[in-house]
Amino acid sequence: MAFLQVENLGMRFGGLLALEDFNLEVPEGGLYGLIGPNGAGKTTVFNLISGFLKPTEGRALLQGQDIIGWPPHRIAVLGIARTFQNIRLFGELSVLDNVLTGGHCRGRAAWWEAAGRLPRYRREEKERLARAWALLEDVGLADAALEPAGKLPYGHQRRLEIARALATQPRFLLLDEPAAGLNPQETLDLMDFLKDAQERYRLAMLVIEHNLRLVMGLCQHLTVLDHGLTLAQGAPREVRRNPAVIKAYLGK
Amino acid sequence: MDLTTLFQQLINGLSLGSLYALIAIGYTMVYGILRLINFAHGDLLMVGAYVGVMGVGMFAWPWPAAFGLAVVLTGLMGVLLERGAYRPLRQAPRISLLISAIAASFLLENLALVIFGGRPKPFPAPPVFTGVFSLGGVFIPRLSLLIPALTALFLSLLFLMVYRTRAGRAMRAIAYDLETVSLMGVNINRIIALTFLLGSLLAGAGGLLWAMKYPQVNPFMGILPGLKAFIAAVLGGIGNLAGAVLGGLLLGLLEIMIVSLFPDWAGYRDALAFGLLIIILLARPTGLLGEALGEEKL
Amino acid sequence: MKKAWLNLAALAALALILGAAGQWANEYQVRLLNNMAIYITLAVGYNLINGVCGQLHLGPNAFITLGAYTAALLTLTPPEKAQLFFLTPLQWPLSEISLPFPLALLAGGVVAACFGVITGFPVFRVRGDYLAIITLGFGEVVRVLANNLQGLTNGPMGLKGLYPYTNLWWSWGVAAAAVVLVISLVNSSYGRAMRAIREDETAARAMGIDSFRLLMLAYVLSAFIFGVGGGLLAHLITTISPSLFTFFLTFNLLIIIVVGGLGSTTGAVMAAAVFTMAGEWLRVVEEPAVIGGINIPGVPGLRMVIFSLALLLAILFFRRGLLGRREFSWDACGRFLARLRNLKLET
Repeated sequence: MAFLQVENLGMRFGGLLALEDFNLEVPEGGLYGLIGPNGAGKTTVFNLISGFLKPTEGRALLQGQDIIGWPPHRIAVLGIARTFQNIRLFGELSVLDNVLTGGHCRGRAAWWEAAGRLPRYRREEKERLARAWALLEDVGLADAALEPAGKLPYGHQRRLEIARALATQPRFLLLDEPAAGLNPQETLDLMDFLKDAQERYRLAMLVIEHNLRLVMGLCQHLTVLDHGLTLAQGAPREVRRNPAVIKAYLGK
Repeated sequence: MDLTTLFQQLINGLSLGSLYALIAIGYTMVYGILRLINFAHGDLLMVGAYVGVMGVGMFAWPWPAAFGLAVVLTGLMGVLLERGAYRPLRQAPRISLLISAIAASFLLENLALVIFGGRPKPFPAPPVFTGVFSLGGVFIPRLSLLIPALTALFLSLLFLMVYRTRAGRAMRAIAYDLETVSLMGVNINRIIALTFLLGSLLAGAGGLLWAMKYPQVNPFMGILPGLKAFIAAVLGGIGNLAGAVLGGLLLGLLEIMIVSLFPDWAGYRDALAFGLLIIILLARPTGLLGEALGEEKL
Repeated sequence: MKKAWLNLAALAALALILGAAGQWANEYQVRLLNNMAIYITLAVGYNLINGVCGQLHLGPNAFITLGAYTAALLTLTPPEKAQLFFLTPLQWPLSEISLPFPLALLAGGVVAACFGVITGFPVFRVRGDYLAIITLGFGEVVRVLANNLQGLTNGPMGLKGLYPYTNLWWSWGVAAAAVVLVISLVNSSYGRAMRAIREDETAARAMGIDSFRLLMLAYVLSAFIFGVGGGLLAHLITTISPSLFTFFLTFNLLIIIVVGGLGSTTGAVMAAAVFTMAGEWLRVVEEPAVIGGINIPGVPGLRMVIFSLALLLAILFFRRGLLGRREFSWDACGRFLARLRNLKLET
């Protein structure tokens, strides 16, 4: 059984067709990519899987469990984390607090335990802090930990958003254009970091990206969308040779 | 209840509803463009009424001059409000803008309190607006007929302006998509000021009519009509001009009818609108004629 | 650990000051101190939902009214109630119950919190302007109910002759408890999640934060604090009526938390203290005065003009308030002292 199985997903806004008959199977630990021109419906796929939109048809099974109709926070608790195309950090919170916030949903302590600093809360908070610092070390932001997240340079904000998503301890990570606005060196670093994270946490990923170097270098499997329709699916080499894809996207 | 009373109450409701509609238009226009509840809009009603009292009562001007001045000054006050309290915060977080609106509203009320004192002033209605009509044996205050008629006149002028002129088109375009329109070289600030001017002119007229209907003026008279008119705008679908009119009329009729059908409930009248608001927001947040509220884009 | 000692020392200092005040302060000063404590309590509760969570809740006066009436109805003795409710008798069993003050305060908080739970469901279906208007409506609805439910509230006549239970120990004790509770919640993982919702609710939800539950928590907790504060207020002024708790009260609280810096709990505490004092000093402008032989008539409303101008200017030009989103802390205090020392060394 696939880790995530998306069947026949479709989405209409009013009369506008955003996505039709979208199918995808991601195995555990799979590195999958989603490409296509602007407005192809890529972000819609993310919003559907992460619960921010309700599809007009189809279903999405996470380890056999249909998650369509679940609210976003419950889907996140199930283990699907995401980033946003236009970075959405908690601008006035510190870098460290941003990552700690990602860990909140793993806490079991009730609010009164937290307010009273009772043992269970203290233990959880200690673990959260340790994990947050480790993640900040991993993404190279430990030095900026106490600065407000909104003040970070763009590239660092991208990395912080990924660290924050990882702090929710996901098993499946949705990355919406993680390399947008990064220079070539930063993009290479990001690729290494993502591969490393995938191995370390046995993490499956679905990446939307325009930077084909990153996509080809990172992903084992690609899906090409255009105007809400799936043009091609398969290994990056095959997809690259697909005439429909060349015509619609690569050959422009 | 016999037919005569029913008819009288219908007219009553219609005239109250017209006043709500007149005020609701101002809310809905500003909301359509800035996505802001202009909390001080109700207080513009009070400004118009006080200028009217001063003109007719204190300086004994002929009423058309006094009323004209009242409407114009209220309109300018609305523009000043936008300029002073809202424009500087257009890029600021939403909550700051709302707090600024509340502060402006309190400032207006208390300035009026300082200038005019807290004691309610009687409104000296000119003879044209007083007296009683007899319609087939039913006696109706002339004002109750004049209010809907004048409202209809003002609203037709407004609709002409919004749907037939260049400025009106720009206004509607901004309400649809502010950013794109600003890229197209339209002077956004001027159009927003114009929106405030139009809404406030109507509020000024509404204030005068309100003060004649409930013939007294006090610094806090605008709060409750303002809130109810806002609810009327939500009921009709906020951002939608026709919706504001419909919502205003409905709310006015509903209030009058419920009170006349169930006199015991008269004390709860002022809570009715808020109950209605909660029901609308739960059942149909877009209101009767509205489109989906601008759901935040992901 | 050192910080815990400093906190304890601060509380002890407060207790000493209160003891001294009880001994030597005159009636007017005691009343002022009581007012200050109640404003601190209310402002800290308001800051939780409004400043920390970023939801413009405009109905604290509704919850304060509920707390005030509940507590007052519970501390009055049955004969007193029979005397007050001469038009419409008070509903049984309220007419027979009489509780000690602490229990009545608690009940005021619980009733307000229950109202919070019930209203929270419609309230948090919406955000922003709509949330502001709905909560603003609560004040209006509660006032209308208090005016009309004669058998419960004695209508427009209100409740008179409450025993003035609220003394410095009660008011400051509750204030200290509220401050400690709110600060420790805000500085926990829950508070962090609430601030995250304020910054970007969509992102917070994507991080697994159940925004509805957290907002509800903040809203109901603040309702509880308002309820207890209302009970204290009722037993300070000893006469309550439906027209007492208007939107003015909410407006005052709004000024306090904006001036203190939206989201800063310690800022709210400081601003509440300053506000109470300023309110007293500014009383002068509304009273007739003789300056240099010239009679100046008092101007009613001028105080509120100054306050509304202050709020407008604060939100236009000092949107961060006194403390911004920062908090007073012993560490910051230490850093400040260190800076002062360094300055001295340099010169």
